[in-house]
Amino acid sequence: MRIACPFCGERELGEFTYLGDAAPVRPTAFAADGAEQPDAQDLFFDYVYLRDNVAGDMDERWYHGGGCRSWLTVTRSTTTHEIKAVRAAAGAGAQKLAKAGATS
Amino acid sequence: MSRTSQISGDAAPLAFNEKPVADARPPRFVSAGTQSHRLSSGGQIDRKQPLGFTFDGKKMVGFAGDTLTSALVANGVKLIGRSFKYHRPRGILTAGAEEPNALVELRSGARREPNTRATTAELYDGLAAQSQNRWPSLRHDVMAVNSLFSPIFVAGFYYKTFMWPAKLWEKLYEPAIRRAAGLGKASGEADPDHYEKAWAHCDVLVVGSGPAGLAAALAAGRAGARVILAEEDNRLGGRLLSENGEIDGKPAAAWLADAQREIAGLANIRIMTRTAVFGVYDGGTYGALERVNDHVAVPPAHQPRQRLWRIVARRAIVAAGAIERPLVFPGNDRPGVMMASAVRSYINRFAAMPGRQVALFTNNDDGWRTAEAVQRAGASVAAVVDSRGVVPEAYRGLNLRQLGGVVSEVKGGVDGVRSIVVRDAAGRTQQIETDCLAMSGGWNPNVALSSFQRGRPIWRDDIAAFVPGQCPAGMVMVGAASGDFSLAACLREGHAAGTVAAKDCGAKGKAGEEPQGDDEGFAIKPLWHVEGGKAFVDFQHDVTASDVKLAQREGFESVEHLKRYTTLGMATDQGKLSNVNGLALMAEATGRDIADTGTTIYRPPYAPVAIGALAGHHRDENFHAWRLTPSHHWAAARGAVFVDTGLWKRAQWYPIAGEKDWLESVTREVRAVRSGVGFCDVSTLGKVDVRGPDAGTFLDRLYINTFSNLAVGKARYGLMLREDGLVYDDGTTSRLAEDHYFLTTTTAKAGPAMQHLEYCRQVLWPDLDVQLTSVTDQWAQFSIAGPNTRDLLKNLCDPAEDLSNEGFPFMGVREVSLRGGMRARLYRISFSGEMAFEIGVPARYGEAMAENLMRAGAEFGVTPYGTEALGVMRIEKGHVAGPELSGTTTADDLGLGKMMSKKKDYIGRAMAGREALVAPDRQVVVGIKPVNKTNRLRSGAHIIPKGAAPGPDTDQGYLTSVCYSPMLGHWIALALVERGRERHGEIVRAYDPLRGEDMEVEIASPVFYDPEGGRQRG
Repeated sequence: MRIACPFCGERELGEFTYLGDAAPVRPTAFAADGAEQPDAQDLFFDYVYLRDNVAGDMDERWYHGGGCRSWLTVTRSTTTHEIKAVRAAAGAGAQKLAKAGATS
Repeated sequence: MSRTSQISGDAAPLAFNEKPVADARPPRFVSAGTQSHRLSSGGQIDRKQPLGFTFDGKKMVGFAGDTLTSALVANGVKLIGRSFKYHRPRGILTAGAEEPNALVELRSGARREPNTRATTAELYDGLAAQSQNRWPSLRHDVMAVNSLFSPIFVAGFYYKTFMWPAKLWEKLYEPAIRRAAGLGKASGEADPDHYEKAWAHCDVLVVGSGPAGLAAALAAGRAGARVILAEEDNRLGGRLLSENGEIDGKPAAAWLADAQREIAGLANIRIMTRTAVFGVYDGGTYGALERVNDHVAVPPAHQPRQRLWRIVARRAIVAAGAIERPLVFPGNDRPGVMMASAVRSYINRFAAMPGRQVALFTNNDDGWRTAEAVQRAGASVAAVVDSRGVVPEAYRGLNLRQLGGVVSEVKGGVDGVRSIVVRDAAGRTQQIETDCLAMSGGWNPNVALSSFQRGRPIWRDDIAAFVPGQCPAGMVMVGAASGDFSLAACLREGHAAGTVAAKDCGAKGKAGEEPQGDDEGFAIKPLWHVEGGKAFVDFQHDVTASDVKLAQREGFESVEHLKRYTTLGMATDQGKLSNVNGLALMAEATGRDIADTGTTIYRPPYAPVAIGALAGHHRDENFHAWRLTPSHHWAAARGAVFVDTGLWKRAQWYPIAGEKDWLESVTREVRAVRSGVGFCDVSTLGKVDVRGPDAGTFLDRLYINTFSNLAVGKARYGLMLREDGLVYDDGTTSRLAEDHYFLTTTTAKAGPAMQHLEYCRQVLWPDLDVQLTSVTDQWAQFSIAGPNTRDLLKNLCDPAEDLSNEGFPFMGVREVSLRGGMRARLYRISFSGEMAFEIGVPARYGEAMAENLMRAGAEFGVTPYGTEALGVMRIEKGHVAGPELSGTTTADDLGLGKMMSKKKDYIGRAMAGREALVAPDRQVVVGIKPVNKTNRLRSGAHIIPKGAAPGPDTDQGYLTSVCYSPMLGHWIALALVERGRERHGEIVRAYDPLRGEDMEVEIASPVFYDPEGGRQRG
C-alpha cells in the first residue's frame, strides 16, 4: 500500500503509522465559560472507546513518522484498501502552505 | 479455437484390441557416458559443457542447460524420493515449479537445503543432491511398511487414533509421527549466505515470458512504457521452449530468438529471469523472489543468494500459463508416470528421453502432442489411451496404437513402470509393456495471482477448468492463464494487453504488429477418477481419491474442510496439481457441480519463499538497527557491559579487574556515587524542543500539572496521561525562555511520545502557535551525581559560573560556559536522590565530555556508572520508572495524585475520574523489605496476606522493581499493593510460584533512602 503524503509525495506504507477513525472530535472537560462539564466523562467515554466499524470509505488518521512527521487524514476503503484522498491535518504545516500560497 | 468438449461427430470409436504398430525410425540416443537417455541432437543444452553431479552419492554427468531432473532423466534415473505418509517410491512428475514428488536435499553442510524442487534446480558442476524421507536407502526404505497399513492410514487417521490419553500426544505420538513422516531435514546450522531486499518501479509488470508474456512485453515496450518482464525460469520463452509451433511463419524457436533480441534492444524493458512473482499486495505492489545464485554452488563474494523484490507497477499483465492436471487412476504415482507436457519438455527442451517405450493416457486433445513428440524424437509410443474413445482430427495421421478406455493399473516398482493395464468401457482389459506413462487430464490456468485479493475463479465447462474471476485492480490475465490455450490466442491477448497497459500509463509509441501463431484446437471430456485401487490426488501428501470420499462421508464437504481434514493441497506445492481433482471428486461425491463446490481461498506466496529472503539483511546483529549513545565508544573502551534498551545500547555497568559479578560492580558504583561523585550517560531520554508563544498552554494541556507558570530558568517534573486516564509517560521539562521549553521523555517512549505530541499539536489544537523539534539525537547528556558533584563541576566550568546553592538552586536550569569557552546546558535535577546535575552538550562532544568528566573528577575518585546503578539508586529513592509506568497505573497509584491540576483540562483528565480509577482498593506503589534480611526479593513475586492460600482471590499485588540496596545492605523492592499506603509496617508474603519461593516481607514507604530529600537539595 502506498500513501501520497501531501508534503513528501507517494511513499510506502512502512513509513506511516495508523491511528484509526478520524471522525471522533475531542470534547473538553470544561465548557466555554470555564465551568466543568458535568457530563464530561460520558463525552470522553464516547470519544475514547466508541468507534463505528465502517465497511467502505472511511477517513482515518495516519502519521508520517518515517517522513515529515505530519498527521494526515486518509480516505481509505476498508473493503478494498483503495486510498481515495489524503489531506494534511489542520496543524500539519497545511496552514503554512496556505499562507505561502501553495496548494496541496 | 475449438471450445467444444465434444469430439468431432465423424470420429469413429477406437477399436480396443488393436495390434502394436511398428516404429518408423530407431531412437537416437547418445551411447557415451552415463547419459543413457540423452538424445543425440536437439534441445537447448550445451553438449560441449558437461557438468558432473551426484545423486545420493552416485556420480553422473549432465549438460549446461539441464535442470537436476532433466539430467536425472538423461541418466535414466526414475526413483527420486519417498512419499510423505506411505513412503511409496516416487519419481519425477513434472518439469516445473509445481513438482510435488521430486524433492531433494541440495548441497551439504550449512548450505543444505531440504525440499528443493529438483525440477527448478539448475544443474551446476559439482552439484550434490540427496533423496529424502527414506532409511536406510532410497531403494530399501523400511518405513515403506506404512504402505501395508494404508487401509488404516486414512484421512484423519492421526486425529482418530492418537486421541487418548491426551498427555501422550506431545511426548510420544507427535514425535514418533514426525520422525516417520515428513520431508527433508534442515541443516541446523546458520545459513552462511546472505539475502537482499529491493524495490523496483515500473509502468507495466509482465509476469511470465511465454508467448503471451513476450507479446505483451514487446507491445508495451515498443510503445515506450517502462516494463519489467519477470520470468521464473532462467531463460525466456515459457512453453515455447518445450513445444513445436510456428509464429509469424517462423519456427517458434526462431521467433523467440528474434523477440529476445528485440527486447534486449529496448532500454525501457527490464528482464528479470529466475524471478518468481509470488504475491499481489495493495496498491499494485507485487512480491517477487529472484534466485540470484541458486544455480551455483557458492554465491560469488558480495553477492546474495536470493533477492526479495517489491515491484510497484501501475499495470500488471499476468501471463503465468497453465499447469497440466494429472489423471486420478490406480498406480498414478509410480515412478515413470509423468505429466504429458513434462515428457514434451524433457524431450524438446532438454533432449532427455523419459522412456524408450512411452504410453500416453489422456482425456483431451493436447495430450496427443506428446505422442507426436515421442515419435519425432525417435522413441516408440507403446499406446495412446484416450478415455474419450476417439482420435482427435489433427492426430488421425499418426501411426500409433490407439485405445479407447482407461488405465486401470500400473505395474512396476522402485525402478519404475513396467506395464500398464488398459480397461475399456465393457470391462475388457489388456496389458501393455511400457517404461514411461505420460498422462494428461487437461490444463488448469494458473489463476493464483488473480485470486490473492479474494477474487474467486470461475468454472468453465468447455475447458473443464477454473479461469480467473475478478482480478486485483490494475491486473489482467492473458493467454493460457486466462483459459485460452492456443498459441494464436496467447499472442493475440498478450499483444492486446500490452498495448492497452502502455496506453493507460501514458505511453505514446506504437505497439507494432500482433504476432500470428497456430490456432490449434483444444477439446476435453473430463475424467475425474478411475476406480480400482490406490489413486493419488495429492501426490506429496499421499491423499487418495478414497480419502476425499471418506472426508465427504464423514461430513467434511466444504472444500475448506476437505483441505484441512485430508491435508489435500497443504503440501509445499500448495495443491497446484491436486486441488481441482480433489474438488471435482468432492463434487462427484456430493452430487453438486464443480462450480458450486468452489475452490479454497488462494493466499500468497504462490511458490515457497525462504524466511532468509524475507529477513534480508535483518539477521544476527543487524536484526534491527542500533543506536549508540554519544559516549558509547568511550564506554566500550573502558570495558562497559552493554544492555539493549529499545534500539539503544546502554552501558549497564563498568566492571573493574577483580570483581566477581555484576552485583559487586553495581554495588561499588552506587557507593561511589553516594559517597563521592559519579556520572552516567542519559542521552537516550527523549528530548523535544517546544517553542512558540503558546508553548506553555500546549504543555498545560499535555501534562497533569502546570508548566505555563514555570519560571524561566527552572525545571519541573511532569506526568502525562493517556486520554483514558492512565499514566502515559513522565520526565522533566525546563523553561529556557518565555517561549522556549525543553521537554524530556523516558527512553522507551521517546518515539511514541513525539508522535503523541505531534498529534496534539496538529490534530487536537492546530490553533496553538507552537512548534516541536525532536532533539534527542542532538544532545549528549550526562547525569553527574554525588556529594562531590559541585566540586567536579567547578573544575569543568568557567570559574565565573556561580554553582552555589543560591546561585544555582535545586531545579535550576541555565546555560553555562565551560573552561575553554564551550557552552553547555546545566540542569540541577536528580534521579539518584543525590546532589546532582545533568549537563548537555552537542552530541558530537559526548565522548570528549566523558573524558573531561573523568579529568575534572579525578581528584574525587569520579566513577562512571551504568543503568543498573541508576536503577538501584532510583529504587532506593522510590522513584517510579518503566515497571511502574506499566499502562495500568493511575497518577495516584504512583503516589503522584496531588500533581493533578483541578484548574484546567488536560489529556486524560475526564477519564481519570472514572469510578474504578479512583477506587480506594487500587494497588498503589509501596516499598517492600524482606523480613529475613538475607532473603533475595524477586520481581514479579505476588503479594499474598499471611496465612492465605495463594490464588487470584488472595492476590494483592506484585513486586515491580527489585534491587540489592548497597545503602541498606539488603534487598528492597517497589511493589504495587492493594491499599498499600494504609499498610506500611504490615507483614505479608512475597509468593513466587515460578521460582518456588514464599517469604515474609514488610510493606514500607517507597522512599528507602534519605526520605527528607536533604541530599539532593544540599
